Order: sequence, then structure tokens, then C-alpha cells
Amino acid sequence: MTNTTSVPAVDVHSVSRIFAARKGPGVTALDDVSLTVAPGEFVSLIGPSGCGKSTLLRLVADLDVPTSGSIEVFGKPARRARIDQSYGIAFQQAGLLPWRTVAGNIELPLELHGVGKAARRGRAAELIALVGLSDFASHYPDQLSGGMQQRVAIARSLAESPSLLLMDEPFGALDEMTRERMQNELVRICAETQAAVVFVTHSIPEAVFLSNRVVVMSPRPGRIRSIVSVGLGDMSGRGEDLREDEGFFRSLSEVRDLLHGDEAAGAGHNQAGARGVETR
Amino acid sequence: MPTTSEQAAPLTRGALGVAKARQPGRSGVHPRLRGGLFGLAGLALLALIWELYKTLGPVDGVVIGTLTVLPRTSDLAMPHLWVMFERLFEPVTGAASALPLWQAVLAGSLFTLGIAAVGWLVGVTVGLALALLMQRFRLAESMILPWIILSQTVPLIAIAPLVRRWGAQIQFGEFTWESWMSVAMIASYLAFFPVSIGALRGLASPDANHVDLMHCYAIGWWKTLWRLRLPASVGYLLPALRLAAVSAVVGSVVAEVSIGLRGGIGRLIVEYAGAAGNDPGKPWAPIFGSILVGLVAAGFVGLIGLFLRRFRRGEVSA
Repeated sequence: MTNTTSVPAVDVHSVSRIFAARKGPGVTALDDVSLTVAPGEFVSLIGPSGCGKSTLLRLVADLDVPTSGSIEVFGKPARRARIDQSYGIAFQQAGLLPWRTVAGNIELPLELHGVGKAARRGRAAELIALVGLSDFASHYPDQLSGGMQQRVAIARSLAESPSLLLMDEPFGALDEMTRERMQNELVRICAETQAAVVFVTHSIPEAVFLSNRVVVMSPRPGRIRSIVSVGLGDMSGRGEDLREDEGFFRSLSEVRDLLHGDEAAGAGHNQAGARGVETR
Repeated sequence: MPTTSEQAAPLTRGALGVAKARQPGRSGVHPRLRGGLFGLAGLALLALIWELYKTLGPVDGVVIGTLTVLPRTSDLAMPHLWVMFERLFEPVTGAASALPLWQAVLAGSLFTLGIAAVGWLVGVTVGLALALLMQRFRLAESMILPWIILSQTVPLIAIAPLVRRWGAQIQFGEFTWESWMSVAMIASYLAFFPVSIGALRGLASPDANHVDLMHCYAIGWWKTLWRLRLPASVGYLLPALRLAAVSAVVGSVVAEVSIGLRGGIGRLIVEYAGAAGNDPGKPWAPIFGSILVGLVAAGFVGLIGLFLRRFRRGEVSA
């Protein structure tokens, strides 16, 4: 355990999650899923509704417990990792506390874990600058737009400098333009913080633009269909012009073909695989 | 009348080209001030209806068959408003040492307010404690909640003698149970109900998102309570506290009568009602007194709300 670089950020080993139903056998949200995320790697989970991508993220965050299999985060069981604050998390809803200012919200995790006032202030100011909200530190969430709220949530998830970020469709509720700007910022932030990211999304371009690897999942039961390596270079080199890159389009169509694969394969299941996926 | 100025204001402003300048309220008057004005207008309207009916209504009231559907308008049944007010400044009785009526009523009001305040405090404490217990343990909720609701179906007059009898048996050391404590007890019995229900809803009000986040932060139930559930419950708690305050006042007044406690507004209401036959203005004085107590109690909760404004940001109109 001395060489931490060899320990994966996330190690999911043949995990299944079955939600018990009142009647019948229950719903298999995840079936024998294995996945490894290296330190500093950006991995997106993509797939139609019901493929278990959010469930997988919740399992890694220890917000839920697998029915079978094991999950390790930096070599520790998921529960231990949560208690040790080994990861930061952001959800689709920004989930800011309405009675706290921007700075207060970012300081929240630090405050809860007993960081002193001065250190808290400093760290919050740093993060507020990082997400470009310096003029809004003392604003309340209801005075911010959706995109700004989400930036605060991302700043909050970074507060304790985690080496792993878990993000559950953080840009899902934003309009397309705000979304692309936020993606550019996330790329920049990841390059600066060197954190590994597990990113759940519905959007193919988003997944391809952000990720080192895109995990394509299929529903009922939730399984990993394929993993696409996006060879677009490391985070620091990714900019807006990447969206026009030929490699970007190649990966885009590769992921799209994989997602729509079961349409061709099982015509009887008409379009079951494509539902809920944005291909724009 | 405020209505005419309200209607005129947008017109003049529109003519001056400053219609967009002010956002709060359509008329430019501060919304809270506007609410106050409308409240006063309502009161004036009520007084107007009273006097109008007294002037125009038949002396023996409106009778259909043998049923009296509207009251008599004689000076005894419906004294003029000014009779009620003038009576306030006359002595309570013909005795030489008698205080002015308003002083006696004010003293009674303060007495009742004190008891109601104790009842409110006890009721709020018990209500909050029950809500916390129910929030913490699912089992407690299914066990206690039906009883809380059932408790309010018991009429006050039924429990008053019981409380008094039990109280009389309490005695340890210097402490002896006094009648005013019974009254406060009954007031708290009414006050705890809205608090327990409101607080329970408030404590359960945070989004699943926020609860998940606290779970991710690996903090315990108490810290989650203090940082998330209590602040989130303020919007639910304040109306409950106001309702509890008003209930405590009503409970005190009624319990004073049932217990037979002297010195409060409840007792005065009963006492002065006897004078209605030859002194029609007098019974109204303690009624005004009880309204005053209710307003003070509600105003106090409003003051608490002012301090907790930060926690009500999410509300549409704080």
C-alpha cells in the first residue's frame, strides 16, 4: 500500500444490485458489473434510463449497498472511503442550502468536519475564484441562475480537495449553451485538481468531450455493454476547438452506435435501448 | 379610503412614465403596509356593518316563524360602538375605590398573557420534543401520532377538573401546585398540537438530495438535525408557533373559567357578562382585552420570525 499510484481510484468488482419488490423477484438494477477507474482518470457512465448508471454511482458513494460484489475506493471499502471523505460529490440538482450564502455553502463540508474559520474562509475564496463567482460570494442561492448554482455545487464538492469526484448528471438541468460552458470549465478544473472523476450523463457529446473513457451501459438488467477509450489527449489540452475535432466525431459515432446497438440486434424491443439518451 | 388611492396610483405613475421603476406590489406601496391598510379597512367595514344594522335593522330582530335569524337592535343587545369605548374609561363599579374599567381589564389581560406564555413555552417544548422523537424513530411516529391527533378531540372542560385534581396531589418540599399552573397546563395542551405536527412536517421537509449529501459528509443524526433539518423546518414551524400562541391564549381564557381562577380575562368575561342587563358596554371590555392578548401573542411570534428571516429565503413571500 506504499505506492498509492498503483491503487485504483475506484474498483468495482462483479457488483449486482437487486431492488426488492413487494411481489415477484425484484428489479435487477445492476448485474455483475466490474469497472476500474485509475487515479486522475475521467470516466463517464452513459446509457438509457434504467441502465443503472446512477445506481452504480450511488453504490460507489456508499449511498446504497450492493446486493453482491465489492466496491473499493482508493483501496478502502466504499463505506470507509465515505467516512474518510475520500470523494466529493455533485448531483443533478445543485442542492445548495437556501439559508447559506455561496461562501457558506462551499464552507459547509469544511465546517462539518471541524476546519477552523480562517482556513475555511481561505479555501472558500480560492474555490469561488476557481469557478469564477468571486463577485457573488455573499449572494444567496435564490439570487443565482441554475448554472451558477451548479458551479457552487461543484466548488463545494472540491472543498476538501478529494482525489475522486462523483458527479450524477450535474449539467442535466442546464440549457445547452450553459452546459457547454460548464463542460469547458470542468475540463479546466479537472486539469488543475488532478482528481479522478466518475461522471453520469445522458448526453453523448458531453461524455465524449469530457472523458478518457466512456462506459456504455444497457438496461434491464443493468450491464456494461462496452467501454470506449476516447483518445483526445489529456485534460490540460482540451479546449473548445476539440468539439470540431475529427477524433471527437469518430468517438461520438462509436458511442452512438453502441447505444443504439440493441435496436438493430433485437428489433422486437423497439427502441428500448435508445430511450432517454440525447444524441444532440 | 385606501382603495381609491390604490387605483389612482398606477395611473398617475403610468402617465409620468415611471411604471417600471418599482417592483414590490403593483401599487408601489410596500406589501406589508398594504396588508396592514387592508386589515384596518376590514375592521372599519365591520364597525360600519354593526352600526348600519343597528340603525336600519328592526328593533326585535329578524324573525322567521319562531326563529330569530338576526339579533335585536336595542341598546341592550347591541350597544353603540362608542358606548363600548366610553365605558372603558368609567370606573368598574359604583364603589369609590373602583379602578377605571380599562385598568382592570389590562391587569386581567397581563395576568392571562403571563399564564398563556408559560403554557406556550411548555407546549412548544413538548411539541418539539415529540416531533424530534417521531422524526428519529419511525416506530415512535406510528405509535404517537394517532394519539396526538386524538388528544385534540377531548373537550377542554372535560380535562380541566382532572388536571386540577391531579395538580392538587402534587407536592414536594416547598413546591405546591397552584391553580394558575393548571390553567397553564391546559393552555399547553392546546399549544403543543400544532407545534408537534408542524415541526414533524418541517423536519421531514429537506430534499432527498440534501439528506444524501449529509450522509456523504458522514455526519450523525444530531449534526444533520442542527445543520439541515431544523433550519429547513423554520418555514413550517413559524405558522405552527403562531397557531400555538393563539391556542394558548384561548386555552388560558377557557381554562380560567373552568378551573375558576380569579384575576384573568376569562374570569372577567364571566363576571362582566352578568352586568349586560343594565350596563351593556361593560361585557365588551374583557372581550377587547382577550383580542389584545391574542394580538400580542401573535405579534411576539412575528418577532421571532423576523430574527429567523434568513431561513425562510425559499418561501415565495417571506
